[in-house]
Amino acid sequence: MKKVTKVFSVMVASVALAAMLSGCGGDKKPAGGDTIKVGGNLEMTGGSASFGISSKNAIELAFKNINDKGGINGKKLELVVADNKSEAAEATNAMQKLVSQDKVVAVIGPNLSSATIAAGAINNGSKVLDIAPMATNPNVTVDPATGKTKEYNFRACFIDPFQGTVMANFAKNDLQATKAAILIDNSSDYAKGLAAFFKENFIKNGGTVVAEESYLQKDTDFKATLTKIKAAAPDILYVPGYYQEVGMIVKQGREMGIEIPMAGGDGWDSAKLPEIAGKAALNNTYFSSLYSPDDDSALNKAFVSEYEKAYKVKPDVFAALAYDSALLVAEAIKNAGDTDPVKIAQSMAKINGFQGVSGTVTFDAQHNPVKSAVIIEHKDGAQTFRTKINP
Amino acid sequence: MNALRKKDLLTLVACAVLFAVMQGLMMAEIIGPFWELNIVLICINIILSVSLNLINGYTGQFSIGHAGFLAVGAYTGAIVTVKLGFSYELALIAGTVAAGFLGFLIGLPTLRLNGDYLAIATLGLGEIIRICILNIDYVGGASGLMGIPRLTNFPWVFWIMIFIIFFIKNFKNSAPGRCCLAIRENEIAADTMGIDTTKYKVMAFTLGAAFAGTAGVLFSHYFYIAHPASFTFMRSFDILTMVVLGGLGSMTGAITGAVLLTFISAYLAEYPEWRMIIYSITLIVLMLRRPQGLFGNKELSLKMFHLGGGKDGSTAESK
Amino acid sequence: MDMGSFMQQFVQQLINGISLGSIYALVALGYTMIYGIIKLINFAHGDIYMLGAYFGFIATTMFGFSFIPAILFSMACAALAGIIIERVAYRPMRNAPRIAILITAIGVSFFLEYSMILIATPQPRTFPAVFEATIYHFGPLVVNSQQIVILISALILMAVLTYIVQNTKAGKAMRAVSFDADAARLMGINIDRVISMTFALGSALAAAGGVLVGIYYNSIDPLMGMVPGIKAFVAAVLGGIGIIPGAMLGGIILGVVEAMVSGFFSSTFRDAAAFAILILILLYKPAGILGKNVREKV
Repeated sequence: MKKVTKVFSVMVASVALAAMLSGCGGDKKPAGGDTIKVGGNLEMTGGSASFGISSKNAIELAFKNINDKGGINGKKLELVVADNKSEAAEATNAMQKLVSQDKVVAVIGPNLSSATIAAGAINNGSKVLDIAPMATNPNVTVDPATGKTKEYNFRACFIDPFQGTVMANFAKNDLQATKAAILIDNSSDYAKGLAAFFKENFIKNGGTVVAEESYLQKDTDFKATLTKIKAAAPDILYVPGYYQEVGMIVKQGREMGIEIPMAGGDGWDSAKLPEIAGKAALNNTYFSSLYSPDDDSALNKAFVSEYEKAYKVKPDVFAALAYDSALLVAEAIKNAGDTDPVKIAQSMAKINGFQGVSGTVTFDAQHNPVKSAVIIEHKDGAQTFRTKINP
Repeated sequence: MNALRKKDLLTLVACAVLFAVMQGLMMAEIIGPFWELNIVLICINIILSVSLNLINGYTGQFSIGHAGFLAVGAYTGAIVTVKLGFSYELALIAGTVAAGFLGFLIGLPTLRLNGDYLAIATLGLGEIIRICILNIDYVGGASGLMGIPRLTNFPWVFWIMIFIIFFIKNFKNSAPGRCCLAIRENEIAADTMGIDTTKYKVMAFTLGAAFAGTAGVLFSHYFYIAHPASFTFMRSFDILTMVVLGGLGSMTGAITGAVLLTFISAYLAEYPEWRMIIYSITLIVLMLRRPQGLFGNKELSLKMFHLGGGKDGSTAESK
Repeated sequence: MDMGSFMQQFVQQLINGISLGSIYALVALGYTMIYGIIKLINFAHGDIYMLGAYFGFIATTMFGFSFIPAILFSMACAALAGIIIERVAYRPMRNAPRIAILITAIGVSFFLEYSMILIATPQPRTFPAVFEATIYHFGPLVVNSQQIVILISALILMAVLTYIVQNTKAGKAMRAVSFDADAARLMGINIDRVISMTFALGSALAAAGGVLVGIYYNSIDPLMGMVPGIKAFVAAVLGGIGIIPGAMLGGIILGVVEAMVSGFFSSTFRDAAAFAILILILLYKPAGILGKNVREKV
């Protein structure tokens, strides 16, 4: 027994020592030569792993396309992924690794707002730009304490207030709804943000919120909550969550006899939604989104078919926005003509009228893309364009 | 000055030297910011694992709700600095006291349970704490409490860690500490010997919870955010794994476990798809090969490396 | 809320709760059996349930099986998986400290979850509808035929399990091993085989649960077992761990409590309430609702 202990102790000591040594001396060389390193601070494990993996696939696809065409300024793009374990503190850790160990010139991700905000302290301190595909909280790009724009934080998606407002106006003007029920994914700040702005504007428009309920990510049974909502007799149900839970909510809601319109945000945008909810159940549901499938750009079509070919699944909204983020980073590097992170960030802020798969991107003063929103309606499982709303 | 004190002093000097070397390396930027972050994380994890070791290893009470106390400390500390605008020192004290007090409140009724029942009850309590935090809008709910200044730095976390390690080590060698050990070995026998088992169990639980609270304050003031997703039962499992891997009931074991697992986790960050698979296989193989942990309930000392010295000590196991 | 609509909501929530509870019960049955025999909190049990759902998915989409063959296929595969897991990860630990086995179980659970993510991607898969749901309306009340199928399946499996444990030779051996493993060995019982069999049975039950849930919710993903795994364990402890009807009772109670809390209080405190009930039960009746208190012998 003693021998084993001894062997193990020596092993532990040597592993720790080796780790320390390589840690101290192991600062990797800055990106030079033929490749440009771009970091991916993504949710590879943990509760939101599906977001991060979609994003990673899309970024790799984007980089492959760019590299096949000769790369940027003669250099190839390389994605370095660090796992943020779907957790805010770990996102800080991952960001530190990408910035100081891997010496990346820009970072894509995380998708979770809280993780992006926590990690923002690191990349702003190190002056490396970060573009978040799907972090919708306003504070991602703006420091709430000072009201100033964070110089090195960008995003590819809408902010919460915009989507919430758009849907509240649509509910009032187009659907003539006056009594709303809201069902919020309580574990997601994205959903909470959308719900808060929907509620504010819906009341401003003269409506009332008759029920406000919540659930947690990975919940599967919503019948108890839906029973309660049904009893409150609303004429619209707003569910600003992600498609997996939303699908089950729509399915179970229709089974419970809730026939009113249901609405949500771009978290609904997935080919899986009709499969989970059922085509018939999805009729009379609407969501706000960045791009409409009717608005078929060649870029978008090519992206969808390439993505499907490479990964055997349809891209979801995380993939689409990560793909755009990757293209934006590439564009910024190309315009900067240099791999100096500060110059890349400056050139990113100047991007104007850039054509991505989710539409045309121009950044406003707060580093949010100015895009028009579309309302999509589900008809027999197919997404159809309903109306376009400009910001 | 007796031999024991002398040894303590020697260890303290060694710690000071270690600190000076590390600090020097950081100042000279030989240890970059990424490894500095991981070293701080290691220190926080060491505090967590030695404090859980006090409950699980020394007192033999099977608790898997440690993340709950970590959360209480993290949030209380953040409220003190961010919302109330008091100093960091006060935040550390408030976080420690709040978590300790909650540990006392929870420990008093639940420590009547034993074995797996206590385990599942503490797991449940940890989740209840997290769900309550998730529903308090004052601390940000699901978005977490943001805008926490980075007040924790390496010197703070290092010396607090050393203080806690020495505190727990001395506690173990004190009269109450020996009562705790007696409870671990056989609760009924300890009771028969006239030890107030409830008192000592609650004492160990409260202390362990309080130190987890300290770790929480350090944690939230280093990572800028206190977020409910950081305090799920997965975190409790992580801490438990560190303790069991190093050897339940061994202080040096708990420390080694924390260091080792943090490093493994940092290294595997490069292979995200495989990280959890390698991690889980490592866990299973280590447990199969060495179920009592790396050190059993022994302490790592120079004697271990002394060839042929002493009797072949069979590693005693806690039940 | 007037009395009529209150009663109507109450009954509907009761229906919701029982249907949710019967899913917990399906998973809890296997949990309680394994715990009863080797006193192991098998944290990987929820992941076997996930595996079962995926086996069912493979059977229906790739092999085109209909409902009954698919569920049998999935149960058989999961039973095999259970036996392999027990042989590789738990058997060598038979005499190890309890906490070490628990850590191993956590390791196995991570291994299954993340291997599945690697193989099948973390995206949810939609389960093909192998039988259509009919929705029955009783006045204002709504019941789905799938809910009834799940409840009946849980009851049948509970009955079968009780029969096996109480009335067959194998069951007798299980009870003997559970009561005193050493004495059982002295009586000539092959303990390893009994434990293997328990794992096979428990895993098969979890797989049945996985397939039923896949059909009912129409969506499966590699992390789907985490929450039901913990909840099922709570259910098993609630009813009295190691007692088969206890798992059923515990599951139903848990489901009803969750539905009632969501329906009449706030859905955000649903899980907290479930755990609070568990702790209260443990404090006042540590052996669970149907359990008998066992005095520790000195």
